[in-house]
Amino acid sequence: MTEPRILLDPTDERSPAIRERAPRLDSLDGRTIGLLDISKARGDVFLDRLEEGLQKKGAGVIRYKKPTFTKPAPVDLRHEIAVHCDAAVEALAD
Amino acid sequence: MPDPSQAPLPDGLVVFLKRDCPTCEFVIPVLKELAARPGLTLFTQDDPTFPEGMGAEDETDLARSWHHAIEAVPTLLRIENGKEAARALGWHRGDWEELAGVSGLGAGLPDWRPGCGSLSVDPTREPELRLRFEGGVLRSRRVELAALEDEQEAIFERGWTDGLPVVPPTEARVMAMLEGTTRAPDEVVATVPPSLVEVTVEKIAINAVMAGCKPEYLPIVFAAVEAVCTDEFNMHGVQATTMGCVPLVVVNGPIRRAVGMNSGVAVLSPGNRANSTIGRALQLVIRNIGGSRPGEIDRSTFGHPGKLGMCFAEDEEASPWEPFSTDFGVAAGTNTVTVFACEGPRLIVDQLSREPDSLVRSMAACLKAVHHPKLGVALSALLVIGPEHGRVFREAGWSKAKLKQELAEALVLRGGDVMRGAGGIAEGLPLPPGTEEVQLPKFRPEAFHIVFAGSGAGLFSTIFGGWLTGPEGSQAVTQEITP
Repeated sequence: MTEPRILLDPTDERSPAIRERAPRLDSLDGRTIGLLDISKARGDVFLDRLEEGLQKKGAGVIRYKKPTFTKPAPVDLRHEIAVHCDAAVEALAD
Repeated sequence: MPDPSQAPLPDGLVVFLKRDCPTCEFVIPVLKELAARPGLTLFTQDDPTFPEGMGAEDETDLARSWHHAIEAVPTLLRIENGKEAARALGWHRGDWEELAGVSGLGAGLPDWRPGCGSLSVDPTREPELRLRFEGGVLRSRRVELAALEDEQEAIFERGWTDGLPVVPPTEARVMAMLEGTTRAPDEVVATVPPSLVEVTVEKIAINAVMAGCKPEYLPIVFAAVEAVCTDEFNMHGVQATTMGCVPLVVVNGPIRRAVGMNSGVAVLSPGNRANSTIGRALQLVIRNIGGSRPGEIDRSTFGHPGKLGMCFAEDEEASPWEPFSTDFGVAAGTNTVTVFACEGPRLIVDQLSREPDSLVRSMAACLKAVHHPKLGVALSALLVIGPEHGRVFREAGWSKAKLKQELAEALVLRGGDVMRGAGGIAEGLPLPPGTEEVQLPKFRPEAFHIVFAGSGAGLFSTIFGGWLTGPEGSQAVTQEITP
């Protein structure tokens, strides 16, 4: 009988958190949609067009911007979007 | 750490012995003289019937030897009120007489004879003993391999490697790695992006074992982890960007030589164990603790071969200038790492410039290509000057500050050359019409770095083009190395 071979786990040992998606909106009418510009070049061009389309469908739009695309959005900004918006769209990159 | 209270010794004289030691045989007459009085206890590490007829205690489990840090046999101790009052190693008549308070010991024996190594420090036994007596400090999850499971295959399947085999992180190897630090295994070293998990000394030690580090490299790995996990360095962005950058680790201070780092010939090549494994350990921590894997959080378009690890030492001894670390306000002679987020290295080939003015223009022409010849202003770079190029500046008496100033002047961009559309190239700086004669810097002055390294033969230097810099990007960070 050989000794059991034991290795030590080199990872953070966190099991990935599985989170439910928020329920999908059944209509855009009267809803508030947050548009988050991550500060990548021409993200604003994409979001401008999206804003026009959303407004035509009766949605209100609030625009947000990350200070820099290289770092995660600040906690306050994420909180503000969550409080004021029914849904959010992030313009990820150029 | 050995803890004498874990294995108390009786008051009086105590001697650690082993049969397989000629000096232990040699002192038997002395032991018999001491045994004539009360208060002598013998502990034999390999065979309790030795010395014959003297009633030695069985010390084959080596617990007392370990906890009292016995390094040689014979070792004579005087124990008073449960505490060690004096110790003598090997046979030395004067020491033994003084310690035992007896004169005329071992008449007829030579005055002195060295002992042998204690079994508790035998290299083949020490890892297992350290685990047995001190391994309770390890908190990481134990992963038991099945009987027919191959170690390397098991590690690959769990996603713990960078794609190359690693040293399996057994408890004994991790305990040996922890000998390289005075920090407690559960001490938190940093919070590692992108998953923002606190990494402990123990977890870094596990990844350092896997990378192939020696224990003496561990403090350098700590400093590298601490440096990349700062807000200034912005490891999250460096790791997630499509551009594909890595932290380059530059080591300064006496520790470079102490651990055998390479700063000379083929300085950027794999092959030197310290250079290769320190950089690799940092990358394994980012991967296994930070949770950044290619195709997941790591979104780089092409990736970067330096994600296996990119680390070297500055050649401070041959450099015409003060150490790189002093550019960050650290005193020369301090052990530091400096981390810089960058692309892969590329050469400057100039075999003809023998005057500094020519060489500066030559280097500037090559440096202009960093990112794109029409981009600049907020960029960064790290220039590694090779010894043959360095000689040109040394002989001209140029300081590092003068070289940086001359390079900055030679790197001034003219608006009309770099604005979008200029030269029939859409890429470029967003300059409005009328700014054709505006003069712009290629690099932020504080983000242009010079390091001295490489072989004494070859008229080359090397450029590491930086990632985005300043508060919005990544800034070079220097961190002192502490044990």
